[in-house]
Amino acid sequence: MAVETLGSSTRPKVAPWNDPVVRGWIFQIVVVGLVGLLAWFLVSNTMDNLARQKIASGYDYLHHEAGFQIGDSMIPYSPADTYARAILVGLLNTLKVSVLGIVLCTILGTLIGIGRLSPNWLLAKICEWYVEIFRNVPLLLWLFLFYKIISEAFPGPRQAINVLGTMFLSNRGLYFPVPLPDPIHPWMGLGLLVGIAAAFAVKRWAGKRQDATGQPFPVIRTCIAIVVGLPLVVWLLGGAPHQMSWPALKGFNFQGGSVIQPEFTALLFGLVVYTSAFIAEIVRSGILALNKGQSEAAAALGLSRGQAMRLVLLPQALRVIVPPMTSQYLSITKNSSLAIAIGYPDLVAAVNVTINQTGQAIENVVIIMAAYLTVSLGISAFMNWYNKRIALRER
Amino acid sequence: MTDATPAGERQHLPPPIVDGGALGWLRKNLFSSWGNAITTVVLLVLLLWLLSSFLDWAVVNAVWTAPNGQACRGHGACWALIHEKYRFIFFGTFPYQQQWRPLLAVMVMLAMLVSSADRRMWNTRLLWIWGIGSFLTFLLMFGQIDIPLGLILFAALAVGGLGMLLRGAAAQPAEIAGWRTLAAIGAVGIVLRLAGVLPAWSLAIAPFDYVETSFWGGLPVTLILATYGLLFAFPYGVLLALGRRSDLPLIKGLCIGFIELIRGVPLISLLIMASVMLPLFLPSGMNIDKFLRALIAVILFAGAYIAEVIRGGLQALPKGQFEAADAMGLNYFQKTTLIILPQALRVVIPPLINTFIGFFKDTSLVLIIGIFDFLNAANQALVDPNWAGYPSEVYLFAAFVYFCFCFSMSRYSKYLEIELNKGTRR
Repeated sequence: MAVETLGSSTRPKVAPWNDPVVRGWIFQIVVVGLVGLLAWFLVSNTMDNLARQKIASGYDYLHHEAGFQIGDSMIPYSPADTYARAILVGLLNTLKVSVLGIVLCTILGTLIGIGRLSPNWLLAKICEWYVEIFRNVPLLLWLFLFYKIISEAFPGPRQAINVLGTMFLSNRGLYFPVPLPDPIHPWMGLGLLVGIAAAFAVKRWAGKRQDATGQPFPVIRTCIAIVVGLPLVVWLLGGAPHQMSWPALKGFNFQGGSVIQPEFTALLFGLVVYTSAFIAEIVRSGILALNKGQSEAAAALGLSRGQAMRLVLLPQALRVIVPPMTSQYLSITKNSSLAIAIGYPDLVAAVNVTINQTGQAIENVVIIMAAYLTVSLGISAFMNWYNKRIALRER
Repeated sequence: MTDATPAGERQHLPPPIVDGGALGWLRKNLFSSWGNAITTVVLLVLLLWLLSSFLDWAVVNAVWTAPNGQACRGHGACWALIHEKYRFIFFGTFPYQQQWRPLLAVMVMLAMLVSSADRRMWNTRLLWIWGIGSFLTFLLMFGQIDIPLGLILFAALAVGGLGMLLRGAAAQPAEIAGWRTLAAIGAVGIVLRLAGVLPAWSLAIAPFDYVETSFWGGLPVTLILATYGLLFAFPYGVLLALGRRSDLPLIKGLCIGFIELIRGVPLISLLIMASVMLPLFLPSGMNIDKFLRALIAVILFAGAYIAEVIRGGLQALPKGQFEAADAMGLNYFQKTTLIILPQALRVVIPPLINTFIGFFKDTSLVLIIGIFDFLNAANQALVDPNWAGYPSEVYLFAAFVYFCFCFSMSRYSKYLEIELNKGTRR
């Protein structure tokens, strides 16, 4: 192929079977043909088998009644709902665990990664052993261990540990009071969104002002005040409704309030400690990749270690950190599928029950793969956008 | 270096306290500032408290031997459970009297892995070690192996003949002799069989009782899945990586599509697919063993990840290597096998070991489709009602075993990275 890139437009005349371009196309057609043949073989076998075993095909079953319970759901769900809704509940649970896991493991992983570089020998060693211990044992084992510890170490609902007189900690999870639904809640949500938007605006304005005049502005305090304050004001304007749903022991378990289930806690905790060990290594190598002059220059300017980290080192290290971090985010999303092993109803668990009830394996596996591919592509797209935003702007 | 002071008035200053001795080290690393000192003290108190309560549970109050779980109540860790169940955890449901076989198989596999770690062995000797070692491993695990002698003889004849035909003009005399010997062995073998000297087309080696894969369990299963999963995935991972870097648009598209599809979905979904869909894909009546299905899923999965690692190595090669190979008039096959791959693969050995560590851990997921790997065997050891209520002991023990494997491999990978880069470091 390199022959024709020499720029001359006249290619030497050769026999077609010696022409690299012709050869390339023949080779490709053969390979694609073989792959097609394999696909045809598999599909025709599958068709035969499905017909012989009288398994229905198509996605009609999605509208049928699911008939199974789901322990944890972000949207109203009952066994009388359809399979489609059951799978949606599973998908939402997967997303909930993934998003929370990503946020928490980023925070923990960054702290541990910075801790490994601490001048304090003891802190550095502890962080190093944290990383080694958690990443050298399978995630599934951590999940089992945490789940068993939670469900065996805590007492049953009747002997539940009472926390602050309002919350109950038992092997069924942590029950806590929640406000009863009120028409003011959607408006408070709107207030929160407006507050976040306003906080971004304030941050931009403060940045511009500091660039222009050199005067700093207490951005963080102002932003927290806006984000927390706006929903609070809306709540007060709505007459401050404070009816709560309190958890209370009825029969063998608690009723009322809301609950964080042990399966969810074990899954989230396991995912966070396991992935944060990898993220710590990424953060550490990102900071180590920086020129030593950067931290020395920051120290020479009189910045404290924290300021140097926040203002000088981390923003530059981010460029090295973001691409491998993206793959960790993807893997936390995919690893959340281990939920099935400890009985948390995520997407794979919901679809697995559906496979067992309907027998329609192919359609269901397609649903799992399509869902994960979509989520993965979404995360990659977002991280690529972020990576471009923080990339070094060269002249 | 002129010394102005007369010899008698020289003052011998003591060395600075900060630099020397244990005290200096402490001051520099633990108490360099007030903040640091507070951190050290807080951490030390926390660490001592954690360690002492852990040691209290795991050593001081532990029960080492007991007839059943009841005897452990009210004490610390119940290591008696491990003492009772360790054979089940390591070898699963393999027939109890025969468990020396999986033990030996694990030792053979460990010997293969350890000898491959030695750089002095990185030559054709490794092929022999792996060939003989793999044969021994599977002979020990299955107990009986049928060698398809006819197939091997015909393959030898075909490969030897092709070699003589294709390489006849270019190769060295020694190589030609090799092809000739191969073809001759095949031909003589076939003639002997037809003449009736060899009794059958297949050779049964049956020193022990046959044990089905459904009885395999524990550590050998984890090791076999990880090692052979990656070994079989390697050649096709190389092909995928080369395909992804190819100039041919259709090949490139196929490879990118496949790699990204596999990498975008969790291993569990592939395992579920292998366990419920693979039987549908095959002609009716043809049933594959559950263990083989899991192995196929692991191979499919590992290939995509290996391909990405190798692509990294291919991209790290300077463009001049490709151009120089073209300029020498090498064709694609020669260029790839003689110039590109030897250099690219050398770069990716440490990341490949990290991939192996990942797969060693990820094979634990096969328990979801009901295969008895090490973690699943540990899980099943908890089911015994006589020993109910001590999951932490079993899981910590399993975690310790996994840790020993993974930690030593990761240290080896780190060492190798430095060792292989000696030539380019200053």
